[in-house]
Amino acid sequence: MSTATTPVGKAGEYLDDRTGGATLLKHNLRKVFPDHWSFMLGEIALYSFIILLLSGTFLTFFYKPSMVEVIYNGSYVPLNGVKMSEAYASTLDISFDIRGGLLMRQIHHWAALIFVAAISVHLFRIFFTGAFRKPREFNWLIGVGLLTLAILEGFSGYSLPDDLLSGTGLRIAEGIVLAIPVVGTYLSFFLFGGEFPGQDFIPRLYSVHILLIPGAILAAITAHLIMVVYHKHTQYPGPGRTENNVVGYPLLPVYMAKAGGFFFVVFGIIVLLSAVATINPVWLFGPYTPSQITAGSQPDWYIGFLDGMLRIFPAWETTAFGHTISWNILFPALILPGIMFTLLGLYPFIEAWVTGDKREHHLLDRPRNQATRTALGVMAITFYIILWIAGANDIIATAFDLSINAMIRASQIGVILLPPIAYVITKRICLGLQRRDRDRLLHGRETGLIRRLPSGEYIEVHAPISDEERVTLLQAGAKKDEVFALPESTDDNGVPAPGGLVQGVRARLSRWYFSETIPDPTPDELHEAAHHAQELAENQQAQLEAGKPS
Amino acid sequence: MTSLSVRRRHPLATALVVGLGLLLVGGLYAAVGQASEAGAASATSTTQQVSEGRQLYVTGCSSCHGLNAQSTSNGPTLIGAGAAAVDFQVGTGRMPLAAPGAQAARGPVSYTDEEIASLGAYIASLAPGPAVPTAEQLDYADADLAQGGVLFRTNCASCHNFAGKGGALTRGKYAPSVVESTDKHIYEAMITGPQAMPVFGNNTLTPEDKQQITKYIRTLADSPNPGGLALGRVGPVAEGVFVWVVGIIVLGAAAVWIGAKVS
Amino acid sequence: MSDSHEAAALVPAEHNGHPGTGSDLESIAPGLPAHRLRLTDTDARAAQRAERQVAILFGLSALATIGFVVAFFAFPESETTITIIPGLFEPSESNLFLGLTLGLAILFVGIGAIHWAKKLMVDEEVVDVRHPARSPDADRAEFETILAGGVQESGIADRSIIRRTLIGALALLPIPAVLLLRDLGPLPGKKLEETIISENIRIVIDGTQRPLRPEDIPVGGLVNAVPENLEEVEELEGTLNARAKATLMLIRLRPEEIISQQGDDWSVQGILCFSKVCTHVGCPLGLYEQRSHHMLCPCHQSTFDLADGAKVLFGPAARPLPQLPIKLDSEGYIVAQSDFTEPVGPSFWERG
Repeated sequence: MSTATTPVGKAGEYLDDRTGGATLLKHNLRKVFPDHWSFMLGEIALYSFIILLLSGTFLTFFYKPSMVEVIYNGSYVPLNGVKMSEAYASTLDISFDIRGGLLMRQIHHWAALIFVAAISVHLFRIFFTGAFRKPREFNWLIGVGLLTLAILEGFSGYSLPDDLLSGTGLRIAEGIVLAIPVVGTYLSFFLFGGEFPGQDFIPRLYSVHILLIPGAILAAITAHLIMVVYHKHTQYPGPGRTENNVVGYPLLPVYMAKAGGFFFVVFGIIVLLSAVATINPVWLFGPYTPSQITAGSQPDWYIGFLDGMLRIFPAWETTAFGHTISWNILFPALILPGIMFTLLGLYPFIEAWVTGDKREHHLLDRPRNQATRTALGVMAITFYIILWIAGANDIIATAFDLSINAMIRASQIGVILLPPIAYVITKRICLGLQRRDRDRLLHGRETGLIRRLPSGEYIEVHAPISDEERVTLLQAGAKKDEVFALPESTDDNGVPAPGGLVQGVRARLSRWYFSETIPDPTPDELHEAAHHAQELAENQQAQLEAGKPS
Repeated sequence: MTSLSVRRRHPLATALVVGLGLLLVGGLYAAVGQASEAGAASATSTTQQVSEGRQLYVTGCSSCHGLNAQSTSNGPTLIGAGAAAVDFQVGTGRMPLAAPGAQAARGPVSYTDEEIASLGAYIASLAPGPAVPTAEQLDYADADLAQGGVLFRTNCASCHNFAGKGGALTRGKYAPSVVESTDKHIYEAMITGPQAMPVFGNNTLTPEDKQQITKYIRTLADSPNPGGLALGRVGPVAEGVFVWVVGIIVLGAAAVWIGAKVS
Repeated sequence: MSDSHEAAALVPAEHNGHPGTGSDLESIAPGLPAHRLRLTDTDARAAQRAERQVAILFGLSALATIGFVVAFFAFPESETTITIIPGLFEPSESNLFLGLTLGLAILFVGIGAIHWAKKLMVDEEVVDVRHPARSPDADRAEFETILAGGVQESGIADRSIIRRTLIGALALLPIPAVLLLRDLGPLPGKKLEETIISENIRIVIDGTQRPLRPEDIPVGGLVNAVPENLEEVEELEGTLNARAKATLMLIRLRPEEIISQQGDDWSVQGILCFSKVCTHVGCPLGLYEQRSHHMLCPCHQSTFDLADGAKVLFGPAARPLPQLPIKLDSEGYIVAQSDFTEPVGPSFWERG
């Protein structure tokens, strides 16, 4: 039975008769999303991915994933008559002979760099605000998976044009595969269809790049977003915001307009970037030839840390029983990234185990209130940045007149020394900020007004902070120092309980994790401070009045 | 010392292209005429030139290279270095050495062209060595550009980078940018192998090969960047920095704007 | 609109008790701050102005789209560049104008929509209630009952022979999947250990194919070279595989500069021949410093001393660059004495 009169209503009824979508949408169209700029970083990644799908589809229409050698005869004169693979020749054609092709290539590549960068800053936001805590641990895992897939997708795309840089990158990848003990040689021959570079790899990489990995990314993003909708978005502490509610704007219309608009903004900015800034000028690199190399052979930024690790790792190689193990490749290129990504993925579970925290969290942490976590995060970022600098050391050396040898040595020392220093400094800063918050709660804010009391004493006037700030501070700091308590380690007869050692380690880690945390003022302290402040104010006022000339 | 990778292409590059074009199209005959003249001049370096050169050498160079160019602990021997090496080292301002360092850097030229020619004549008179190339040897008008690219990528790009922008070597040494170099200096560098650079003699890279390479370098140097800002033509590192410093900041600013409350 | 804000901050303190006295945070929460009206909510003229701004932004987007169509036909060639800042910004006309128009067309839609949302859409904050992620206890219990019932009905728990054979069958199924990948490539065999170089193969200049006599190479010189038969092999195979292993470099030192070599009489008149493939992960080398005889790899900066048996001086490479023994043929050209005596390029398990 039709009741709708407007065309839109009729269309809606037509659809709902067949899908029953109204039931689902009535709940979700007014879904509430909290408003904060830092909640949009993940959106940048999502939108970059959509842009990558769109621009990538365009590129597939013209790109030829073939390593068959052809003689180039296109518009770019300096390469005319040069032997190259069809893949490289078609990339040149896209750049010079297809209208808008160069723009599309640049959009695709800039969007790819931004995709991984946006995932990284989104990850930082999630990490430092503790948004990965229960019930969101699985979504964190999906996110780490997405980061890994994005890096693989980026590397496979970097390798497709078959220019001198991308071929060199593949050569290094082959060297890394060869270093895998026992099966490395076989793996390499299976991957490349024989010896490097062969004729099979680019077509194979192409199907991985345009089908397998994007499909996996799409599936993971879908799961990622469904989880966000189901859990409802986290929010920052503030008046009216609790663990049991979510305060923000409804999806329809405000968020649809803001998020939808942001898609266009991200897309527009990436297109403008591609209009004015060159990326990956493959025509300058020339076609890949295994006998050529260029100074500054570097990967895209997200592989830079691996390249850096390969550069600074000592030249360790073991030969025994007729077999070779190349630690100088195996460790920096496979074991270390394995450890890094495993630790990253497991972090929520490790932290929950250490803190013994089994509660659900929907209010975000202020990074300062989790001094240990924040310090660990900064430590990890420092480690990563040093590897990144090592990966770019020749470019930095030429730009600043440094010696690459000195830079390598400095990176080797720095990668061990600087992260712990960063940890300590960050923790100190966080604790200082915690102390300041406590002071603000107890004594109010410093107004900068200096008054001279009739007694000759100078005091700085403190003004009470607003209730909003008080609530925000108290809420943010709530239970930040709840330590995991060691269960009874011995039973009644004095026999150590099973797992006593593990639990002991756990308790020690927990104490370390919460060490030095500045406790929030207790209600009594707050009350007393308020009382004291009032007294002080009255006292001062009285003194001032007494001192006034009558 | 200006850092190499951030050194942009010379603002007058366009003017230079136009000038070169005019020179090639309009003044070809004149250029050929001048060339043969220059060739004749260098072939007949007079004894007067040699003695002038000797005097300049004694005042300006002998403290490091020795009174008879036989080398000292401060500088290598110049016997057999040839006029080309003198023209390159002095003509690019690398010599006289401004300051000790990992390697001599390009700098202001301290001698006039005539003085450099005299110095060259003196060094050439000590023992045979590579001569300053003639204009004919430098004329790459008919050279094969694409083949020049192949040779450039095989022999030069490993140190000087795919776009001739230069790169790092060991212990603070570096391969300088070649895009600002004159044709003559490029040629001289190949035949003399200044400082760390290996020698590419005329029997391994023939004068014709060198012309092709020079043509490719010139084309690279004068080629615009169709994609927009070149970011120094140093490869993906600059792109990565750009994406973080510009891309993420601009997009983050947009996010801040969206999240900001309106009054 | 600051009045309502201050009121919101001041009032609840009395309503909810003195801050800090309650043990529960909820009790001191002043609640959601009162909604603040925007200028566009109270001033009809401001709202109209905002409406106009949004419309203009959308209009600009449409204009930019028209501009894109014009640019698409006006600038058909990518190579034609326009000088905007000489030497610094000389983009392709096509790329610049297509990009600017398309970028602005897209950007203005976004800015317009967001401006609309910020200025004109109802911006009252909404509160939604959260529920724990877990299902209610009743649902869990029901789920468990259903699951247990299903397992019971299937009989999988009791019929152990079915269970075991099923597990066994499923465990074997990945075998076909893996086996199907077998033909991805041939087995390595000895391929990594040999190159196309053999005795009396001439060493020629890479790029020009010219053979070399010792006198062609000056002291301090570097020649990037390949074996003479490479061209033929590449023609035949249509791949770069042979080149990837057989790429070479020749250098010439004064005989007294040679500290050591990898074999006796492997050089000719101070000319040494090395593999150009780095022993770390296989990048081609070529950054030769003729004064110090150092060879640097640009990828990971391994440094080899070519005058001293190409031993590693610095960096992550663990092995010297293999040296190719060379001699002169009857016509005085440089030829190989044999293939390399060890595998070139990066290490691998079977290398030994």
